Amino acid sequence: MSLLSILDIIIPSMLLTAAPLIFTALGGVFSERSGVVNIGLEGLMAVGAFTAAISTYYLENMGAGAAAPWLSLLIAAVAGCLFSLIHAVVSISFRADQTVSGVALNFLATGVTVFLVKLLFQGAGQTPYIEHRIDKVDIPGLDQIPVIGPMLFSHVAYTSFIAIAMGFLVWYILFKTPFGLRLRSVGEHPAAADTLGINVTKMRYIGVMLSGAFGGTGGAIYLVTIAGNYNATTISGQGFLALAAMVFGKWNPVGALGAGLFFGFAQSLSITSQQIPILDRLPDVYLLIAPYVLTLLVLAGFVGRAEAPKADGVPYIKGQR
Amino acid sequence: MSKLLTSGKYFHILVPLISVVLGLMVGAIIMLAAGYNPILAYQSIVESVFLQPYYTGETIRAMIPLVLAGLSVAFAFRTGLFNIGVEGQLLAGWFVSVATAIFFGHLPKVVLLPLSILAGGIAGGVWGIIPGFLKARFKVHEVISTIMMNYIALYTTNYLIKHYLYTQGERTPNIPDNASLASPMLANLTQGSRLHWGFIVAIIAGLLMWFILWKTTRGYELRAVGFSPGASRYAGINVERNIVLSMAFSGMFAGLAGTMEGLGTYQYMMINASFIGIGFNGIAVALLGLNTVVGVFLSGALFSALQTGGLTMQSDAGVPVDLINIVIALIIFFVGSSYVIKWVLNRLAKRGEKN
Repeated sequence: MSLLSILDIIIPSMLLTAAPLIFTALGGVFSERSGVVNIGLEGLMAVGAFTAAISTYYLENMGAGAAAPWLSLLIAAVAGCLFSLIHAVVSISFRADQTVSGVALNFLATGVTVFLVKLLFQGAGQTPYIEHRIDKVDIPGLDQIPVIGPMLFSHVAYTSFIAIAMGFLVWYILFKTPFGLRLRSVGEHPAAADTLGINVTKMRYIGVMLSGAFGGTGGAIYLVTIAGNYNATTISGQGFLALAAMVFGKWNPVGALGAGLFFGFAQSLSITSQQIPILDRLPDVYLLIAPYVLTLLVLAGFVGRAEAPKADGVPYIKGQR
Repeated sequence: MSKLLTSGKYFHILVPLISVVLGLMVGAIIMLAAGYNPILAYQSIVESVFLQPYYTGETIRAMIPLVLAGLSVAFAFRTGLFNIGVEGQLLAGWFVSVATAIFFGHLPKVVLLPLSILAGGIAGGVWGIIPGFLKARFKVHEVISTIMMNYIALYTTNYLIKHYLYTQGERTPNIPDNASLASPMLANLTQGSRLHWGFIVAIIAGLLMWFILWKTTRGYELRAVGFSPGASRYAGINVERNIVLSMAFSGMFAGLAGTMEGLGTYQYMMINASFIGIGFNGIAVALLGLNTVVGVFLSGALFSALQTGGLTMQSDAGVPVDLINIVIALIIFFVGSSYVIKWVLNRLAKRGEKN
């Protein structure tokens, strides 16, 4: 088996697994850049995945056909956004410990979604499988390019490209627009930002709600491209992996994008390695734990130091130094 | 009355109590909205836990790892550390205790049982020391590093079971009776529940935590670092050493929680597709228990009663057991928002004085 044919297996699989991670990690960047730690990404993904599962199902019943999963992505973004409001109110307005609130958000997400599944589908533990997924397609024209065509542009879902584009878009918003500057300023030095007339509370609410929208979309993409139905274990760890990607990407959108792709690569390798010579002798445990070990190393400063935004996790109380 | 409530130590206890009541009330509202009967649901929980010996036994059984996980989180909290890594430390302790029990199965019970428990505790402690060291030496925030350690533990233990201790049913073989905490007497007493001797370990752990934190110089240092690392350093306390020590103890309690599952409840360890959740529940237990030993035991009892009774709630009142997770999440939210609860209470108290 040649290297090229190996890459033809791994890269499409990597792009597929990376897309939900990238979206969710970008959500984490928005929240933490505004100064609110978001451990609740896992829960936001669960809400997004659940919403996508039921909205696709009902839209299909109403005859939306192949458009159903795409519409569901938008609905899931709104659902994630609304759900993240709980985290925003509790951790920004009520000044609760942000990590505590995030942990509770994860609990609530699994509780509420599984409760609703049982309520909507007469006690069943999972939603029916959706009929229309966002399928892997060959992109007309581009898949004919020699070498990179089959690697990058055949058997891929459009969502992967949207995710990659979104990484750059979020970078532009955060670093090249006045809005981005304000968002980052309340995460670095909220008191100074407040003095300059920036509404710290408002900016942080926006940061958290954007993380909800992105996390919800991430979960939804996972559902409509990979899982196909929702149950209690559909989202188990992807949100925390996205959190790791955000840290590994050093709280930078493009970094999060790169980390998301890299973690997707590690994950797809752990699945596909059985088909690949040499790698099939490597225990998959190394590939499975690689993202987490690497993130620890980055945090410890062995692979370039990652620094969180200065005021990340600190509630802002007006007039308090 | 209002003065009694808003002053002194009663006020502290009031916040968790109000949170529990609010959590159960919102849970009831959700049940009403979904068309269930909340009175029947809560009634079935109370009746099964208090009147049916099997469920009483299972509640105490569920309490054992939950209390240990709660002690783990609370111990770290006292030093200002947020240990989200209980889940991973628990798996490490679970695996090592079961492996020890199987490898040294020929030893007599007096040696093997303490050895296996100790090994599980140490394994959890080591898994806790790593993020503690990363924090002390490299200033790595423990929330992120312990989450990473959780997944490393999950995949590593799964791998080790699969390749070195595998038996049919995606699990390890059973541990020998020489290492078991199970007790036919306790089981008979509770009509066949899985209640085991582990509750003694949980009580000893609680006493140990109380003794270390409140009766030793080291404990004073640990708590001082929790209150103010800067002031502690100025007073000549080695902050870094205390951080590592705190995570070691915290991890040990978590490791013991896993050990109780391995040597007591299950008698083996299974390959886990995802986390078992005791570690995350431990966070809720510690928060609601205000990070005190007695509080952890009380809130551990409440949560395990809710979870065990939740099963009868599902069969008797038809309410999905997942409602319990919602209630627990709400309780954490309310405890976390203690600032607002205190503010409201103060306002109410002031209004009382004016009239």
